[in-house]
Amino acid sequence: MRKISYAQAGMEALVEEMRRDPKTFHLSTDAPDALVEEFGSERVRATPIAEGALTGIAVGAAGSGFRPIINWSMVTFSFVAMDQIVNQAAKIHYMFGGQVKFPITFRTSVGGGRRVAAQHSQSPYSMFMNLAGLKMILPSTPYDMKGLLKTVIRDDNPVISFESNRLMDFAGEVPEEPYTVPLGKADIKREGTDITIVALAWLVHEALAAAEVLDKEGVSVEVLDPRTLVPLDCDAIRAAVQKTGRLVIADEAGPTAGASAEIAAVATEDAETFAKMKAPVKRVCALHVPIPYTPQLEDHVFPDRDNIVAGVREVMDV
Amino acid sequence: MALTQEKQREMLRIMQTIRRFEERASDDYRAGDIYGVVHCYIGEEAVATGVCAALNPDDQIISTHRGHGHCIAKGADLKRMMAELYGRETGYCKGKGGSMHIADFSIGMLGANGIVAGGIPIVTGAGLAAQLEGKGRVAVSFFGDGASNAGPFHESINIAAAWKLPMIYVCENNLYAASTSAASTLAHRDVAARAAGYDIPGVVVDGNDVMEVYDATQEAVARARNSEGPSLIECKTYRWRGHTERVGGADPRPQSEIRAWQERDPIERFVAGLMDQGCITQEAWQEMDEDILAEIEESVQFAIESPFPDLEAAVEDVFAE
Repeated sequence: MRKISYAQAGMEALVEEMRRDPKTFHLSTDAPDALVEEFGSERVRATPIAEGALTGIAVGAAGSGFRPIINWSMVTFSFVAMDQIVNQAAKIHYMFGGQVKFPITFRTSVGGGRRVAAQHSQSPYSMFMNLAGLKMILPSTPYDMKGLLKTVIRDDNPVISFESNRLMDFAGEVPEEPYTVPLGKADIKREGTDITIVALAWLVHEALAAAEVLDKEGVSVEVLDPRTLVPLDCDAIRAAVQKTGRLVIADEAGPTAGASAEIAAVATEDAETFAKMKAPVKRVCALHVPIPYTPQLEDHVFPDRDNIVAGVREVMDV
Repeated sequence: MALTQEKQREMLRIMQTIRRFEERASDDYRAGDIYGVVHCYIGEEAVATGVCAALNPDDQIISTHRGHGHCIAKGADLKRMMAELYGRETGYCKGKGGSMHIADFSIGMLGANGIVAGGIPIVTGAGLAAQLEGKGRVAVSFFGDGASNAGPFHESINIAAAWKLPMIYVCENNLYAASTSAASTLAHRDVAARAAGYDIPGVVVDGNDVMEVYDATQEAVARARNSEGPSLIECKTYRWRGHTERVGGADPRPQSEIRAWQERDPIERFVAGLMDQGCITQEAWQEMDEDILAEIEESVQFAIESPFPDLEAAVEDVFAE
């Protein structure tokens, strides 16, 4: 099968869905050339650097029968649009009694590794998970990126596509034939019997690398990628933990009130799952600090395969 | 453009309906039948009425936290409005929005909004939708002097001007942002002057003169429909009541100022003009007012007789299916 990058897979999803539905249009502060060439500058607009306005414009256009696709670029810039995201987009369907649909795709990049310091290295998806009314995806492979993003564009709600900075050039198999990946369906990236690692985005790959190391030590690791954070595939997480009895959660975000905390609660709040657990949950996350610039410090702050291996050994030793 | 007598009487009826609706809403709020917060538009009726009279049914508007007037002027159903204020399942938002979040997308009323300036980008998106559709629809943003100092106002007007969106930005300058005077917060006394910075027309009109508001809107709508881009209309007006209907709320405005504006009552002025033209008689005006009061009484009865939502409704409509 052909291989394309994570970034290319996202672009393919956009092109296919914009061909499919003339009600889609694209707003971002830089208009991608490939989209402008095919769809023209009416449907693919470069906006002023005014994320609050362009996010609100998406809400109003969606409520008027269109299907806007917004690229905030780095997630940092979404914070400039917080009123429109938190007070408007997330609540407007509910607040108005479900009168109309607001199908909006928000794309944004998250995570570190680019030596761009505190503002541009964030992974704040749990802030958005805390709101009711937004769906969100966090793909880890080109295949999932394309299939999930196509589903997101077709969804009738505001959905945020969090996309990993570290994976933009990562190549993987993507079929030529059309396909979609449903929201709320986790994917087992590696089968195992001793311990479950629930890993997010780039850390899926670090977890897979850790699993190889641990395999040589006789530990059979299962790696589960939730792929979507809202809706979260609670059934798959619980089933995996029930099978192995042990849970490590690997997330590039900090631990405090993070997606990792939610995933831990999903497993441990469930009596049936809890009864089968042989050890406490272990989270392998970034340190709870703003991300520093210099490589020595940045790499120390973010978790990687070594931290995951250490985390697994700790849980296995209980 | 001269309006027919019938159309002018209809505008009078809308203005008086807004006033009577809110008098009742205020009473019922103080009696405890309406919850949370109610912001009254009384004194500003000429703005919503004059603007909406210049629109087509498929044109879109967005409102503010002070939204009853915009709803009524765009043609909302009083029963569903009152039921929403009463928190009933027959309300526009099934009792989930209340006074601050009334919307009726089917008539192009994109909602009241609890965030000052929050609606301006949203309705600008409706303007973009109208441009992409190319059917000649326009969109109107209502907002206050307070919102004109906030970022979304400037960001949205700049985009609308750059893209020539079919937008009309209507500033209801009632001289106070909640309890803070516009005089102490506006760098230029006229919000309309800011239009120059975006190379679009900006006009100041007497917001208590419904025909002046209508005429200015007509011109802006024609420009918008003709793909010439947005306009900014500043309507100088005044709210007679406090920022909210909450008893004991801070209201620093001098009584003499309130009285002076009440003497410029937009409804009395319009009625007097219509009587001079022979467009309405004293008897017909009284009859109209009685009809309106009866209609509002009916809307209250409808609300009272409507059930509260089932508890299951709390978890419905978080997402569209």
